[in-house]
Amino acid sequence: MQLANLDFQKNHFDLFGLAQSFRTDIAQLEQQYRALQTLVHPDKSAHLPDAEQRLAMQRATLVNEAYQTLRNPLRRARYLLSLHGVDTQEETNTAMPPDFLMAQMEWREAIAEAQQARDIAALDELAARLQHETHALEDGLADRIDTEKNHAAAAELVRKLRFMEKLAEEIHAAYDAMDI
Amino acid sequence: MALLQISEPGLSTLPHQHRLAVGIDLGTTNSLVATVRNGISVVLNNESGGTILPSVVRYLADGSVVVGEAAQAMQNEDAANTIVSVKRFMGRGLKDVGEISRLPYRFVGVPSSSVAPGGLPGGMVQIRTVAGVKSPVEVSAEILRVLRSSAEAALGGELVGAVITVPAYFDDAQRQATKDAAKLAGLNVLRLLNEPTAAAIAYGLDNAAEGIYAVYDLGGGTFDISILRLSRGVFEVLSTNGDSALGGDDFDQRIHCWLLEKNHLSALSPRDTRLLLTHARAAKEQLTDHGEAHITAMLSTGEVIDNVLTRSEFHSITQNLVQRTLQPLRRALRDAKLNPSDIKGVVMVGGATRMPQVKNAVKEFFGQMPLTNLDPDKVVALGAAIQANLLAGNRSGVDDWLLLDVIPLSLGIETMGGLVEKIIPRNTTIPTARAQEFTTFKDGQTAMSIHVVQGERELVSDCRSLAKFELRGIPPMVAGAARIRVTFQVDADGLLNVSAREMSKGIEAAIVVKPSYGLSDSEITRMLQDSTQHAQDDMQARALREQQTEAEQLLEAVQHALDMDGDLLGADDRARIETRMNELRGTLPLADHAAIKRAIVALNDVTVSFAQARMDKSVASVLAGRNISDLETK
Repeated sequence: MQLANLDFQKNHFDLFGLAQSFRTDIAQLEQQYRALQTLVHPDKSAHLPDAEQRLAMQRATLVNEAYQTLRNPLRRARYLLSLHGVDTQEETNTAMPPDFLMAQMEWREAIAEAQQARDIAALDELAARLQHETHALEDGLADRIDTEKNHAAAAELVRKLRFMEKLAEEIHAAYDAMDI
Repeated sequence: MALLQISEPGLSTLPHQHRLAVGIDLGTTNSLVATVRNGISVVLNNESGGTILPSVVRYLADGSVVVGEAAQAMQNEDAANTIVSVKRFMGRGLKDVGEISRLPYRFVGVPSSSVAPGGLPGGMVQIRTVAGVKSPVEVSAEILRVLRSSAEAALGGELVGAVITVPAYFDDAQRQATKDAAKLAGLNVLRLLNEPTAAAIAYGLDNAAEGIYAVYDLGGGTFDISILRLSRGVFEVLSTNGDSALGGDDFDQRIHCWLLEKNHLSALSPRDTRLLLTHARAAKEQLTDHGEAHITAMLSTGEVIDNVLTRSEFHSITQNLVQRTLQPLRRALRDAKLNPSDIKGVVMVGGATRMPQVKNAVKEFFGQMPLTNLDPDKVVALGAAIQANLLAGNRSGVDDWLLLDVIPLSLGIETMGGLVEKIIPRNTTIPTARAQEFTTFKDGQTAMSIHVVQGERELVSDCRSLAKFELRGIPPMVAGAARIRVTFQVDADGLLNVSAREMSKGIEAAIVVKPSYGLSDSEITRMLQDSTQHAQDDMQARALREQQTEAEQLLEAVQHALDMDGDLLGADDRARIETRMNELRGTLPLADHAAIKRAIVALNDVTVSFAQARMDKSVASVLAGRNISDLETK
């Protein structure tokens, strides 16, 4: 890869030379990310004039942003849908299926209970179960986006995944709060 | 210097032209300076012949300053004017410095002079000495000045720049204070580097390490844990955590308290406090290799202290300090989504990791012996020197490697009800930028106060306040209609820049975050003026060194050009250039910077057409190269 050939106007997939799909080769993404940072990181231009250092910072910032977007399944799906002009409406569309919302409440209660009882085993179990359900949603997303190209259905799964991400954050905070 | 502007793509400096750069470990207890010499990182000796400079600064009534061992020797006698462990006060307010009563200083709480309306409680703490009130930034600058001059003496030239290490868990205010201190000491900061990362570089390059490593860094006053992935020349920090107010000093304090309790003492004079702390430290060090330590001292009151501290008692009075390091460890692993068993090796850094109870706790936690095959006092400076060498542009293709570091603490802004909205979460790889939109709360609201905070807690009052600024001139609209976009940019030093923009009218406000706990520009100017006396003596010498360096670089560049492309020159032109080169060489020993300058200009004059010819040749070859690579990628 040559710096001169890098186009920073490209979308994130093109930047890393990856196919524009939800199913992504993470190992290849990581490898490309490191190769790109090796070219653009500010440490490579610390001895050059200020203008070049600023440019390096902007490029490295963009490469970091693109990498983090593609590495995280929820952010990758959201980004991919935005490339197709689909707004996932995570803040505005709250019409979730009642059973899903009910399950959310149960999750919340279970996390709060585990935290209150300082029950690490229970929290570990919740974390494992959450991870399992998150993976199932991600598999569904791959089918909706890559195979069926059903973007409306994919957007709903993104909204559900956002709920799961919030639960994961709550579990993380519960561990922190228990000071372990 | 027309000739210097020609360099081949990817080759920014000429071969053989080594630029002097150093790595500085500005430690709580000790400071070191290192450099890369002949491809090997070495710690430089200071004037007294040792490698370790105690981070102790003593102020005398006549305004003179003593740094290092000589200052340390007076720390009991002149405790109030001899500042030790100043790093603990960097970027800290009076309320942050918890143990005030146990420290022998006259602290001055400073209202933050430079803060926007609605101000914040207290700026950086200051200390009253016989030589006047000193900020921790000034005290640190004294240490850096000594390191700089011993490095320049050892290397025989002006430094191009320095990499200065900071604890990974330092927040923005502490980082900014460190950078200000370097500026005050006349150092060009190439990068602020996290201490555990510096250690990982030194260890990783030395051992060709691959895999996931933990760096456990317990220094004099700070604790850091960093988890890194090392693979094929890339050092990627996955997470970091720590406690920027926990270190070896706290173990001394515990022994100090134990002594007070054993001898039913209270309210000691500054001198006696420092005396007992000095003995406490000696006892701590002795207990690393011995089962017990005998502590005897005579206080200024005539009272004699005579106690024996056993290792097991020492372990029990410091047990909770050791435990306090384990929680950040668990958090760092959790953030990296790893278990202790995923860690391939644990690198120990900092003098305090010599304590057996610390080693044991780490061994137990990870289920493996920590790596101690490197000097925990020197590894940070050695790693910093390696990065400084790279950043100065001295690298060769072989030892090319890349460092990807993170911010240690989340950055956010205050929203309604004193809550924090996180904008950049902790452990985000830097450099990074994030933007978030906010809106107005009241109808017709035309100004908005933006309060930037750092920390993990939900309430603003529990986080560190970094800065407050106002965005004015928002067009009056109904509540919730305005769109204010706040952008956080964190650079490769981990320092934050914030800008805000009203989206419909494009009104903009931008700040470099530093006011609340940092120094205002006027304070820095004042400090610089204070040191101008000192500076003026140096100015002549400095100008001379600068011209000499420039002359040497030019001579080297011209010689290189002659060797490479001498065939582009006619015999007359070549002779003219060589005559001017000899004239320039002749001015070098004269100690007359103006004469050197004239000779430089003269040499530049006769090389213009040669430079033009080389440029044409160079452009032609670059264009040829680019065409080929374009063809390859299409």
